[in-house]
Amino acid sequence: MSLSDPTQQEIVEEFELLSDWTDRYQYIIDLGRKLPEFPVEQKTEANRLHGCQSQVWVVAETHDNSVHIEAISDSAIVSGLIALMLRVYNDRDAGTIVSTPPQFIDAIGLTNHLSPTRSNGLNALFQKIQSIARLTLAKQAS
Amino acid sequence: MPNLSASKLDTCFDPFKIREDFPALSTRVHGKPLIYMDNAATAQRPQQMIEACTHYYSRLNANIHRGVHQLSEEATDRFESARDGMCEWINARTREEIIFTRGVTEGVNLVSQSFLRPGLKPVPWQLLCEQTGAELDVIRINDRGELLMDDFESRLSDRVKMLAMVHVSNSMGTINPVREMIAAARAHGIATLVDGAQSMPHMRVDVQQLDCDFYCISGHKMYAPTGIGVLYGRRELLQDMPPYQGGGDMIRRVTFEKSTYNDPPSRFEAGTPNIVGVIGLGATIEYLKSIDFEGAMAHEQSLLEHATAALSEIDGLRLVGTARNKSAVLSFTLDGIHPHDLGTMLDHQGIAIRTGHHCTMPLMDHFGLPGGTARASMAMYNTIDEVDALVAGIHKAAAILA
Repeated sequence: MSLSDPTQQEIVEEFELLSDWTDRYQYIIDLGRKLPEFPVEQKTEANRLHGCQSQVWVVAETHDNSVHIEAISDSAIVSGLIALMLRVYNDRDAGTIVSTPPQFIDAIGLTNHLSPTRSNGLNALFQKIQSIARLTLAKQAS
Repeated sequence: MPNLSASKLDTCFDPFKIREDFPALSTRVHGKPLIYMDNAATAQRPQQMIEACTHYYSRLNANIHRGVHQLSEEATDRFESARDGMCEWINARTREEIIFTRGVTEGVNLVSQSFLRPGLKPVPWQLLCEQTGAELDVIRINDRGELLMDDFESRLSDRVKMLAMVHVSNSMGTINPVREMIAAARAHGIATLVDGAQSMPHMRVDVQQLDCDFYCISGHKMYAPTGIGVLYGRRELLQDMPPYQGGGDMIRRVTFEKSTYNDPPSRFEAGTPNIVGVIGLGATIEYLKSIDFEGAMAHEQSLLEHATAALSEIDGLRLVGTARNKSAVLSFTLDGIHPHDLGTMLDHQGIAIRTGHHCTMPLMDHFGLPGGTARASMAMYNTIDEVDALVAGIHKAAAILA
């Protein structure tokens, strides 16, 4: 399977090198550890996305067309998945964000982590990124 | 010649033999044999119950209490014999004290609406307070997760309308001293309701001995189908309670001016009920009567002892809920590891546990656990080997996550 978005294709190829689940999760966890530090004072209720099983904090701002996102989770696995998601969506222009579905999650066999029923905050983060991008587009149009 | 050795064997509980009755236990997940330790969320189901449900749909399917035809009569017989079965299993005085509900949730709603505040929308306690100005008073617990009896007794007064409590805590496994608490409440004229969701699969329940007014049961936690449960209610109280929903069966006579209510239990079972659920519940009770239930209880206690000792030896593991009287529920945290991550790592090893708040957020706040806990909850078909696999699984998870 080949994905149209080169960044996502890259991620898929990296995961193909990791043969078993322990290596894949080890890799995800390492990516999470390398996320830029999220300031404690930004871990506010307003910046919190609600997940039943884990929490995610996010701050986002737009520069011209592009959307800049910083996020972290209290879960090491979710933080790693955030790192992957930011690699795909961070600092990209709003139009691209809206037209790029997160196919890599499916392709690396982690679909259940993005499911709304999993409730780990990752889906909430994805929805948040999409809504910021749509809002940016709407502002441009008006 | 009587086969003495065989009858002796029957009283010796064998979890490996019991496992054969539960087809879902032979499932594989992520290519590994399933180790199912999420029984406090829902239990697995015995083949005997599954067959009773299949038999109903394939041979007996008809509405009950209505038809004069044979199928309807047979279905009605099965349905009503499940009521007798439950009546006997929990030692209710009469079969009329057994009301079929969707589960504990509906039982609690039924009581809150029909007994405490007739005419209001069905709501659980907190909403009831918002609607009526009633106050919700909460009994404090100690660090073991046990209710503080002094605190409980200090809250009893003639102003208290109802005492509601769980028989066994879902998140910590604490077995509450409900019999003593009910006696204390009744001395003040306080009505009592016990949530038996977590007790029914793991212990003998005798509602006359407990002397409670209401006892709520969920089928799916006690190896029966989902969507079916029982509200036991003391007959004198049920007799004076108005219906909770309108529909067929709850009414004796209808004119356009006024309807006369039927007697309990029909008064509270409006409309076509969950017939297959009731028949499945009946079959489950028959199954539980056929096994060595006391042996199962003893086995679960040995699982608890073994798991408590083994988990306590893991570095950085903290057990949450260490009541002296406990069912086989082990809630715990691991230093520096989020319960969600631990649960994910165990899942990949075929081990199903629950992580999070277990719908008991105030309790998690009490213990200072914003991420909740990981919870392994056992049933009679779990084995010592599985507990050892859980311990090995936690070590492996910790190695990946550390």
